[in-house]
Amino acid sequence: MTTRIVELRRGILKKNDELAAGLRERYAAGGVLVLNLVSSPGTGKTAFLERTLRELRQRGSKVAALVGDLETDNDAKRLAASGAPVRQINTHGICHLDAEMISKHLDGWALDELDYLFIENVGNLVCPSSYDLGEKIRVALLSVTEGEDKPLKYPTLFNSADAAVITKMDIAEPCGFDRELALKNINEIRPGIRIFETSAKTGTGMEEWLGYLGEERAGRIG
Amino acid sequence: MHELSIVSSVVETVQESLASYPGARVVEVRLKVGALASVVVDSLEFCWGIATEDTPLARSRLVVVTVPVVMHCAHCDADVELDGVQSFRCPLCDEPCSDLRQGRELDIESYEIEEADAIEEIGVKG
Repeated sequence: MTTRIVELRRGILKKNDELAAGLRERYAAGGVLVLNLVSSPGTGKTAFLERTLRELRQRGSKVAALVGDLETDNDAKRLAASGAPVRQINTHGICHLDAEMISKHLDGWALDELDYLFIENVGNLVCPSSYDLGEKIRVALLSVTEGEDKPLKYPTLFNSADAAVITKMDIAEPCGFDRELALKNINEIRPGIRIFETSAKTGTGMEEWLGYLGEERAGRIG
Repeated sequence: MHELSIVSSVVETVQESLASYPGARVVEVRLKVGALASVVVDSLEFCWGIATEDTPLARSRLVVVTVPVVMHCAHCDADVELDGVQSFRCPLCDEPCSDLRQGRELDIESYEIEEADAIEEIGVKG
C-alpha cells in the first residue's frame, strides 16, 4: 500500500484572517476606529451602544454601526434612533459574525467620512472570539447580573479582548454584585486590561469610556 | 457551536490540496488546536463524519493535537507553559502575563493519503 503524508501547516480560518487583514487596511486608510463588541445575549450591548452612539454624535463625531443577530432588525432600529447610520446583519443561525459578512455590509459606506465604526456581534461568548473582523479594539462586555466568574468560564474571549466593559452598574447593589471579585477575575484572565464600569441608563462610567475612545482614535490617526 | 463550519473549512482546504493527487483517498487529517482556540475537540470529531460524507475524505480519521498556552514572562524573561486557562500568571514567579506566544492555534498540520494504485487494489478486494 502506498501512503503519503502531505504537509499543509495552514490556519483553518486563513480565508477569514486574510479578509480581516484587508478590512484592517481599509479601516486604517479611512482613519476610522473600529470596535467589535462581544458579550452574552442580554448583557446590554445594544443599550450601551445606543448611549455611546448618541453621546459621540452630540460631541460632533461621525459614527456608524453594524449589528449582528440571528434574526430580526430590532436592534438596528433601536440603534438607528440615535441618528447614526446602522445596518443589520442577519446571520440566520450562524453564531458569530465573520469578515466576509462585514465586508459585504460595508458596501457603499465611505469609511473615510467616519470617525468610529462599532460592530455589535451576535450575542455569544464563544464563537466570535475565533473570527477576526479587522477591528482595532475587541470589547468584552459583562453585566452585573451574570456572575463575577464569567471571565473564568469564557477565558478565550476575555483573553483576546482589548477592553472590558461591565454594564448595568446601576443595579449592582440589588444584584449582590461583588465588584472586587469581578475585577480580579477579569485581570486573572487578561492582566492589565482597561475595565469600564458603566450604566447606559444613568450614564455612570460613560465619560471615562468616551475619553478612552477619543484617545484610541487619536492614537490611530497619529 | 461553530465546529461544523470549522470542520467544513478543513474539508474544503484538504480537497483543494488533493487536486495535486488525483484519485487519492484520504486516510487521516491532523489538526493542531490551541487551548485558547475555543473549539471543542469532541464536537470536531462528531462533525467530521457529516462534513466528509461523499468527499474523498469520507471514512478518514481526524486526529486533533492540542497544544497548551505559552506566555512570555517579562519578569523571568522566559517562555512559560500554563497548566490551564484559568489564570494568566507565570508558574515560576506568579507575575501576571499578557504576552501570548502559543495557544490560539487552529491549524491543519498535514493529511495522509493512499495513492491511486493502492485504492484500486482495495476496490478489487472489496
